[in-house]
Amino acid sequence: MTTALTQRAPFDRTLLLVVPAALFMLLLFVYPFIYGLLLSFQPGQGGWLANYHKFFTTDNLWPTIWTTLRLALPATLINVGIALPIAYKMRVKSRYQRWVTTILVVPITLGTVLIAEGMLTYFGPKGWLSQFLQITGLYEGPIRLTHNYWGVLISLIISGFPFAFLLILSYITGIDPVLARAAATLGANRSAQFRHIYLPLLAPGLAMCFCLAFVQAFSVFPSAVLLGAPAGPTRVISIAAYEAAFEQYDYSLASAIAMIMGFVQLIIVAVVLGARNLFYRGPVVGGKG
Amino acid sequence: MKHDFNELRLDRVTRRFAGAGGHAFAALNELTLTIKRGEFIALLGPSGCGKSTALNCIAGLLPLSGGTIHLDAQRIDTLPPERRGFGMVFQNYALFPHMSVARNVGFGLRMRGVPSAEIEARVAQALSLVQLTGQAHKLPGQLSGGQQQRVAIARAIVIEPPLILMDEPLSNLDAKLRVETRSEIRRIHRELGRSTVYVTHDQDEALSLADRIVVMKDGVVQQIAAPPQVYGQPANLNVARFMGYRNVFPLAIEREEGERVSLSGPDFPLTGTRMLPLADGRAMVALRPDDMVVGGAPDGLNTLSGRVDNVEYSGRESLIDIVTASGLKLIVRTATPVAMGDVVRVHVPVERTLVYPMEAAA
Repeated sequence: MTTALTQRAPFDRTLLLVVPAALFMLLLFVYPFIYGLLLSFQPGQGGWLANYHKFFTTDNLWPTIWTTLRLALPATLINVGIALPIAYKMRVKSRYQRWVTTILVVPITLGTVLIAEGMLTYFGPKGWLSQFLQITGLYEGPIRLTHNYWGVLISLIISGFPFAFLLILSYITGIDPVLARAAATLGANRSAQFRHIYLPLLAPGLAMCFCLAFVQAFSVFPSAVLLGAPAGPTRVISIAAYEAAFEQYDYSLASAIAMIMGFVQLIIVAVVLGARNLFYRGPVVGGKG
Repeated sequence: MKHDFNELRLDRVTRRFAGAGGHAFAALNELTLTIKRGEFIALLGPSGCGKSTALNCIAGLLPLSGGTIHLDAQRIDTLPPERRGFGMVFQNYALFPHMSVARNVGFGLRMRGVPSAEIEARVAQALSLVQLTGQAHKLPGQLSGGQQQRVAIARAIVIEPPLILMDEPLSNLDAKLRVETRSEIRRIHRELGRSTVYVTHDQDEALSLADRIVVMKDGVVQQIAAPPQVYGQPANLNVARFMGYRNVFPLAIEREEGERVSLSGPDFPLTGTRMLPLADGRAMVALRPDDMVVGGAPDGLNTLSGRVDNVEYSGRESLIDIVTASGLKLIVRTATPVAMGDVVRVHVPVERTLVYPMEAAA
């Protein structure tokens, strides 16, 4: 009766291959994270929650959450929202699909600083775009797209779009095209095919893409400094953490700010992934799996 | 969208693809066929013969390179698939994985704006027709292959289309399930009487299901006839080979008298029935293994002898290889027990000895 239950399978030695990656994660992520977490509870003065108390009562600290959300959420929504129809159009392999995809993805190779430099030159008050608009008479006044909210938003879109696009493209091309064909024979026109077949099957992938793009956008830092107004309108939470760490040398407060930043991201991600569970998440092919 | 029709007319339907080296090749070359109401048509042929291309052209999933398709008086080859209203069953079922069986089957009705009470009733009816009542709430991933196939069939028939298209629906099923589902399809066709175009590479399926068979090869129609004609009087060697005439070999023509052709070869003389006009010199003979009888003919005609080289037992009968003196290998199906190495005589009736012209060198 008990022999079958007490017999255990021999230890699978290939599991040992996980050890280097696990060690890497432990040393470079888990340990610093726990160190930072504990450090945030050890301020120079006051009780163990003093840092968090200070954050939520200081006027140039707690609004950074809202400032960052004001940038990250619209940027993510715009990126996912624009990437979706473009990726949908690109789902059929054609000769120009590869060229368009390459062009759309180039910004990912540039990095935030290069994009910021380019934007300062191109979108600045005396930049090319401003001169072009004045010469063609389309818009007379100076354009203010740098050193403000818009500069950071545009930069987040430029640098975040390729990532969202590639992710959604891979989700879309994973959906068996014969499903859309079957829907067509049953009377679904193009928009009905998208609404009833592609969108429900994409929803979980879109949610994942949103989460990843959001986390990336929320941690915005160089753009906010180079293209924004870090003193006020674009004072994002990473700037607050940076100042605490490297200008005030208050590493404990900086760690607390970093924890709060991570926590806000966690909440948004949890909400989105929770909504994702309402959708079908199984294989997206039409035949025997 | 019409619910019934008198005839579907395909006129020189052609579909070209860009091939290797930039040359366009015709996957489907001038298919001309008229399908009458209630008919069951099988498109039969080996891979690459254009049968699936033809089906996709009828469905509207592929545009035509040439020719037209008319449903009675209305020209439909310019309509997109969603406006043609044909039900289609795909080879890998193409069930929507995120919808339950009931929502899958009801999808076409929802697209047509049918009220939901009516949808429920018609879906239940379709499911009972394919014997899947009780599975309505399952997801396709929870069903077996045979059940998924029946859901696909229900989904196509519930919209009461004038024409049902089936693209090798049984090829992903195991042998036993294939035979069972084949009977289901035949039963459903009898009960509903809807015109059907059925694509297959399996001649047994085509013979058992179709009112007429369209045999195709390399995009070109070889023969359009009822199953007994395709089986017994193949129009040319391509059809004969495909329909199981496994003994095909050349002989010299001695004499022609109307339809009777006397031929002779290194081993034996044969008298056969001419199927097509012959040129002088030589001709090809095609014999079915099951038409050949072990033993001498009562009138001595068409008898040949050889040594048994292989015996493939299959229960009631065996498939035996016979090698004649000149090395010609013949395959014979017989219930007579023979053993390896036996020297036997076989004969074949004159009407079952089919004679075709020599093929052009490939």
